[in-house]
Amino acid sequence: MSDPISQRQIAVEIDSATKIFESETSSVTALDNVSLKIRENEFFTLLGPSGCGKTTLLRLIAGFEHPTSGRIRLYQEDITFLPPYTRPVNTVFQNYALFPHMTVRQNVSFGLEMLKRPKGEIEKTVDEVLNLVRMEELGDRQTSDISGGQQQRVALARALAPKPKVLLLDESLSALDYKLRQDMQIELKRLQHETGITFVFVTHDQEEALTMSDRMAVINEGRVLQVGTPSEIYNFPTERFVAEFIGDSNFLEGQITEQNETHVRVQFSPASAVELPSGQTLLSAKKVTVAVRPEQATLTSATEQATLQGVVKSMVYFGTHTHYVVELDSGDEFTVHLQNIRGHELHYENGSRIGVMLDPAAMQILKD
Amino acid sequence: MSNSAAEVRSSNRGLHEHSEVARRKKEVRNNLLLCTPALIVLILAAAGPLLIVLIYTFLKAGPYGGVIWEWSWDGWFQVFLKKDIFDDTVSIADAHISIFWRSVKLSVQSTLTALILGFPTAYFIATRSPNTRNLWLFLITIPFWTNLLIRTFAIMQVIRDQGIINTLLINFGFIETPIEMLYTEFSIMLGMAYVYLPLMVLPLYASIEKLDFRLIEAAYDLYATRIFVLWRIIIPLVKPGIIAGSILVFIPSLGAYVTPRVLGGGKNLMLGNLIELQFGQGRNWPLGAALSITLLVIVMVSLLVYVQNLQRKSD
Repeated sequence: MSDPISQRQIAVEIDSATKIFESETSSVTALDNVSLKIRENEFFTLLGPSGCGKTTLLRLIAGFEHPTSGRIRLYQEDITFLPPYTRPVNTVFQNYALFPHMTVRQNVSFGLEMLKRPKGEIEKTVDEVLNLVRMEELGDRQTSDISGGQQQRVALARALAPKPKVLLLDESLSALDYKLRQDMQIELKRLQHETGITFVFVTHDQEEALTMSDRMAVINEGRVLQVGTPSEIYNFPTERFVAEFIGDSNFLEGQITEQNETHVRVQFSPASAVELPSGQTLLSAKKVTVAVRPEQATLTSATEQATLQGVVKSMVYFGTHTHYVVELDSGDEFTVHLQNIRGHELHYENGSRIGVMLDPAAMQILKD
Repeated sequence: MSNSAAEVRSSNRGLHEHSEVARRKKEVRNNLLLCTPALIVLILAAAGPLLIVLIYTFLKAGPYGGVIWEWSWDGWFQVFLKKDIFDDTVSIADAHISIFWRSVKLSVQSTLTALILGFPTAYFIATRSPNTRNLWLFLITIPFWTNLLIRTFAIMQVIRDQGIINTLLINFGFIETPIEMLYTEFSIMLGMAYVYLPLMVLPLYASIEKLDFRLIEAAYDLYATRIFVLWRIIIPLVKPGIIAGSILVFIPSLGAYVTPRVLGGGKNLMLGNLIELQFGQGRNWPLGAALSITLLVIVMVSLLVYVQNLQRKSD
């Protein structure tokens, strides 16, 4: 399991899938030509705002919906139009969807019974899986008699029991409270390592996506905007939506005045410009937007040395950080998070004239 | 000092207890008063008439109907036994027994038929969009506004020898002589299933409508094929509707009068017809009353057996 993810087999391949929901009055494009490759035993997250199509994508993999066009493959096998009950893929539903007329054990053994596994094997597997999710003592309870967190574990156990090739999790943690959710996040990562199953996780919570994923896809309005590891997505967002949706970002509008193999020069105003290392993106446009994370910028009272100048508009102390909002001379606002290191605290008064220093290596030119 | 303080305390408690008792008494009286209208209705409309029927079973039959106020076991005796007119030998009233049997058998059959026809119907309605559901429910209830007799005659037109079914079958050349359906037990069963179908569909609809369809998806996801989804998920979850619908069809079927009368052609009596006969041409009110009580007992016993069976299965 120490092999790099990029060398593993492709478990799920979504090949230019489009899904259009037609009704008498309207047609909605839920997915627009989506292509993704999810590798074996990867924790892959589909991140996006609600209604972006991420759940539809999950339902295509599960088999509850079929794409209008495009293909879905599981270990090279075309499963696009197979019914859900023939796919070695299981889902943990958002509302858990536990069978209310069955006990915890009966819920967990349901899938194995449907697969017509021998009795002894079912008993053994159910014990194992209940152990895995630490629910061995509550097997005979009715599903209505256990707490939300426990229901979540049962749903997980039920989906893991048939040992699927891919486990789909549909916003499975969003109904839990904060503490429980953190426990379950750790639990899920542990299960992913112990079972060797590929996890496809749908969430709208960017923090959850960053902390749990091996790789993630950011989806908006039915399109995949960017795929990458959490740090790639956070540090090198390619589109404004990605930079805005994940973490905080400042956006600066500028003109490209010079461009060669080694650097790109972006002019923000007659007085301020930066030179960025080139090769990040192909730049055909003259006008560009540059994203800067608030923690990547610093402030200085020596305004003439700084890239941007402005006035401190507000200052909020957060303990580890102090957040400054600077009103730039251009009229835009710029947020800077300064780390509070004891003995090196910097302090700037509201209304004081200030310069914003930018590190060219931490600036990202966005696609329009 | 401490003594007197304790006394005051205890007398205080006494006072408190006293008022508490008075309050409870008042509460009980108020509750009784509030129940009175319901109690009056129950006594006048349910318990009273039932008591009269029960008393009649122990009286002598009047020569022109009615009863003579003299104690007699004759009513109950005749329910199960009969006396030969000529030599007074006593034998089992096999005619009555066969009518009991037919009533129970046809009621069970019509309940099952209504269930088999009603379940897909209710499922269909419950899975339509909310706007069209009401229309479908409305269509289901329309026949209920029509007189029972007319609906029964309509069934007659469908199944008689020159009726729709036989005419179509003969014209298409499937059969040469009409299938005899009218005036058979089958026609009674079919008539009752048709007449009471809405009573099956409505409670079934109510519980299917509450069904969480995500559970069905979850079952599909866990390798259940359609038949297993139906058997292991849908049916157990809509069981309350199945129970309610079956009871609502079974009970009126058991006591049905018009349908067996019209569609049975007088040769296939059911309990309802037998009872009517005793109060009419038979002029044997005590026997009619005893048969009515017997019907009541059959209904109660069947319900107990049915419900207990279901409970045992779900345990």
